[in-house]
Amino acid sequence: MAVVTNAAPVDLDAASGEPLHPAASEVLAAAHERGWGDPRRLHRAGRDARLLLDNAREVVAGALGVRRDEVSFTSSGTEAVHRGLLGLLEGRADGRDATLLSAVEHSAVGHAADWWARRSGVPGAVVPVDRHGRVSPDDVVDLVAPGTGVVALQAANHEVGTVQPVAEVAARLDGRVPLFVDACAAAGRRALPRGWDAAAASAHKWGGPPGVGVLLVRKGARWASPFPGDDRVDERTSGFENVPAALAAAAALQAVVTERDEVATRQHALVARLREGVTVIPDVDVVGDPDDRLPHLVTFSFLYVDGEALVHELERHGFGVASGSACTSSTFEPSHVLAAMGALTHGNARVSLHRDTGADDVERLLAVLPGVVADLRARVGM
Amino acid sequence: MSTPEPGADLRELDCRGRLCPLPVIDLARALPEVAVGDVVGVVADDAAARVDVPAWCRMRGQEYLGEDAADDGVPRYLVRRLT
Repeated sequence: MAVVTNAAPVDLDAASGEPLHPAASEVLAAAHERGWGDPRRLHRAGRDARLLLDNAREVVAGALGVRRDEVSFTSSGTEAVHRGLLGLLEGRADGRDATLLSAVEHSAVGHAADWWARRSGVPGAVVPVDRHGRVSPDDVVDLVAPGTGVVALQAANHEVGTVQPVAEVAARLDGRVPLFVDACAAAGRRALPRGWDAAAASAHKWGGPPGVGVLLVRKGARWASPFPGDDRVDERTSGFENVPAALAAAAALQAVVTERDEVATRQHALVARLREGVTVIPDVDVVGDPDDRLPHLVTFSFLYVDGEALVHELERHGFGVASGSACTSSTFEPSHVLAAMGALTHGNARVSLHRDTGADDVERLLAVLPGVVADLRARVGM
Repeated sequence: MSTPEPGADLRELDCRGRLCPLPVIDLARALPEVAVGDVVGVVADDAAARVDVPAWCRMRGQEYLGEDAADDGVPRYLVRRLT
């Protein structure tokens, strides 16, 4: 029997959501005091809100190394993905309507491409990935067809951490087809790759408030809004701007980028320890690129283990983790990312570290995992 | 990838209605009863089996031959015992 510890619960699912960064909490409170007005109005409250919104845009641009006029705030990372990808298709005047996505894009990208395919009647295509979940630039270029209107490639994978060759793909495409980059998993944690025509990020994944996405549209890119327009400050988005949240998101991003070298180095080493440590358990599939990956997350699967039971058992031992196993999904389909990689999908856990996750937390997880897995296997006679 | 010879000894493993990870557990249990070189066909309607049977073969050093269908059209995943 595994020993159940009485320590305080440790959340190891930072990739699903981070608590507010301390830098963001302070700014959020202050911005609610000053930034509640309508930033389109010319009166005092409006001017204050507009000032804060412009400030947020400037800070995000600086943190990501892009132009201020390339930054828009949306109501979520998903909305930024939809507007980014579909806006590049909408902006085309040549009728090239087909999408070309990597097989491991986030479902937000996949849903947007499906929606477009239903409306246009033009089916999309998918670029396969290798065992680590990475596309080959050759494959991307080979799969570009005369009707391809956009290529989508994530900066890094949200489930397994593998970094994609975005800059190389962009260089090979050489502007012939626009490139959309979903940077939601990577933004703040790694420098934004170059070569995108539009890109998306999500504030709650770097310690900003939920409900803030960042849409980037490269200056000069052919982009047009795929959705109804609005008469707001920013023609790329719609709806009343959440100025306080945008400013808090910007403050968190700035703080995260400032502390990135230290945090990423520490997290990369902790994840390396996790990757190595779980291999003492027999029949484990540790997936994703071991080195060229996001610093803070790792995914592994245990043969003969039920993914849902694994999540519950780890919760009982004080650890919150995510799973890509079919039994833990609303659709009862296994993770399309793991499937595309040929990775084992059952008995799956994704562990992702917060900025304050320590070596003691990692060691404690490694200490309980062998017993948890052995118990779950024993339940099914394995 | 090679498919089994017609008439070759193929044992079918009925995993219809069994959810992951049960089809792979059934396969692991059944393999010792199969002679080395023989093929077992895992008949499973669970979506995860399509990924997990080949992954199991990779992790356990057995040969995944591919997918066909059982007589009732349910997917059948073919595995050759190597060791």
